[in-house]
Amino acid sequence: MDNLNLFPILPELFLAIVAMILLVLGVFRGNDATRFISWASVGALTIAMLMLGAQDAGSSVSILNDMFLQDRFTLFVKFWVIVGLVMSIALSVQAIDQDKIAKFEFPVLMLFAGIGMLLMVSASDMLSLYMGLELQSLSLYVLAAIRRNHVASAESGLKYFVLGAISSGMLLFGISLVYGFTGTTNFALIGETLSSGLSLGAALGLVFILAGLAFKISAVPFHMWTPDVYEGAPTPVTAFFAIVPKLAALALLARVLFVTFEPFQEQWTQILWILSVATMVVSTFAALRQESIKRLLAYSSIGNMGYVLIGFVAGGEQGLAAVLVYMPIYMIMTAGVFGVVMCMRRDDLALENISDLAGMSKHHPVLAYVMAALMFSMSGIPPLAGFFGKLIIFQAAVASGQLVLAVIGVLVSVVAAYYYLRIIKTMFFEEGIGQFEGGMELSRKLIIGLSLLFVMLFIFNPSPLVEAARAAAHSLF
Amino acid sequence: MELFDIGLNIGLAHYLTLAAILFTLGVFGIFLNRKNMIVILMCIELMLLAVNINFVAFSAHLGDLVGQIFSLFILTVAAAEAAIGLAILVTFFRLKGSIAVEDISSMKG
Repeated sequence: MDNLNLFPILPELFLAIVAMILLVLGVFRGNDATRFISWASVGALTIAMLMLGAQDAGSSVSILNDMFLQDRFTLFVKFWVIVGLVMSIALSVQAIDQDKIAKFEFPVLMLFAGIGMLLMVSASDMLSLYMGLELQSLSLYVLAAIRRNHVASAESGLKYFVLGAISSGMLLFGISLVYGFTGTTNFALIGETLSSGLSLGAALGLVFILAGLAFKISAVPFHMWTPDVYEGAPTPVTAFFAIVPKLAALALLARVLFVTFEPFQEQWTQILWILSVATMVVSTFAALRQESIKRLLAYSSIGNMGYVLIGFVAGGEQGLAAVLVYMPIYMIMTAGVFGVVMCMRRDDLALENISDLAGMSKHHPVLAYVMAALMFSMSGIPPLAGFFGKLIIFQAAVASGQLVLAVIGVLVSVVAAYYYLRIIKTMFFEEGIGQFEGGMELSRKLIIGLSLLFVMLFIFNPSPLVEAARAAAHSLF
Repeated sequence: MELFDIGLNIGLAHYLTLAAILFTLGVFGIFLNRKNMIVILMCIELMLLAVNINFVAFSAHLGDLVGQIFSLFILTVAAAEAAIGLAILVTFFRLKGSIAVEDISSMKG
């Protein structure tokens, strides 16, 4: 036991303990303590981030029988996972009050889901992958269904649960095959065994694992749950779903593909090529005919996963670095957009249709211009941050010779610009009924403001993010 | 007992075939079933148990304990998953008064 080193897992342990303390506190103090618990969670996440900062970024540490791995890649992803968690909890504080779902479980479940994501990112064994993934998924099922008096919320929870459970089953079946044909569940050891010879059983396992993970990042044809869940779940939950879990799932996918199944690269590149094209095309054309803004954002998030998969197909350090630049930009933009969507309230009801945005430029000029900037950024118009995310992805694709994919990506993003611009058109050129009600608390203003600043100012100093992403990607190879 | 004494030697392949059949039954049960949510929950359970058979068979075959430990973890998580699934199903039933699969369709597109 003399080599029991728990320092690398300290942030997760700390968050787990805090989450349980807050849960007990909530049980004793009831739902009045929700606000306190939310801010305490944000505080705990900040402390966890400091603990991440104290880790030695230069080396790769593997602890707990090689179940848990900490290197530059995991530190980078975890930093952004925690940023995403802080943003979504801060956004939810006012929104859950207004939606009358201010239960103390809400921030606690978000924390538990966050711990699951952090564990997923650090997983270096199929077992820890599975446990992290399930901790995350189980919390997310409950969050989707948290509005218990609302049919849509319960229904979205049910759908998410069923499809999530199927995907876990697929993933597990794949893991069992890989285990059987390589004799180990450790990522690096599986990679070593496979590099000495490819077996059909392990290839089958890879396909099942990819299918399971594609569900989690909602790549077409495994995307069916996303629009329904995004529409049915309460808006703060939708924001959370859109901002954080996909980053963690992508980090997991990166490690599984680039480390474990590195010998199969030629094979999985073909699968991901098809997934990527299908995801981009289907999501874009489906988004064109949406009326609900949450459904539209669901298809937009599916589409973004398509662009991210281009980075995976491009492969290598450059492709992965592109993914790691793209995701934070996407997360920050999405947080801002959801902040604006949460302001759409009238008569104590959340408005969810695109047509409800009409006349916003007259009644809420500042908000309308912020939303317009975010939409321009989402559609990838320079000089906003979203443009650089797409640029770096397409650059990686071209550099690795995936010209067809890059061309499809650019064409699709032109089509996608239509539905982002449609939102701007509705805000500025259509007559509305009147002002939104409910006001904005400081936390929401702050998130929207920071998101806007990031989107506008990214062009002036992109190098910190890009350099950090490159270094993180480098540590995986 | 001559009928059964046909020299059957049950090996890894038999277990894997059984697990694959059970898994496929589970998946098809979810997608073909149009009646009842409880059946879907049972199918999910069937999928996970098929995976467990796989793990235990491989574990015995390889002489490696990790597979059996993995299957214990799967059992635990499956129990938690079933609890959460049933809880969500109960809230849905309270609102809608039905757990028929065709009633779970207020959102489309």
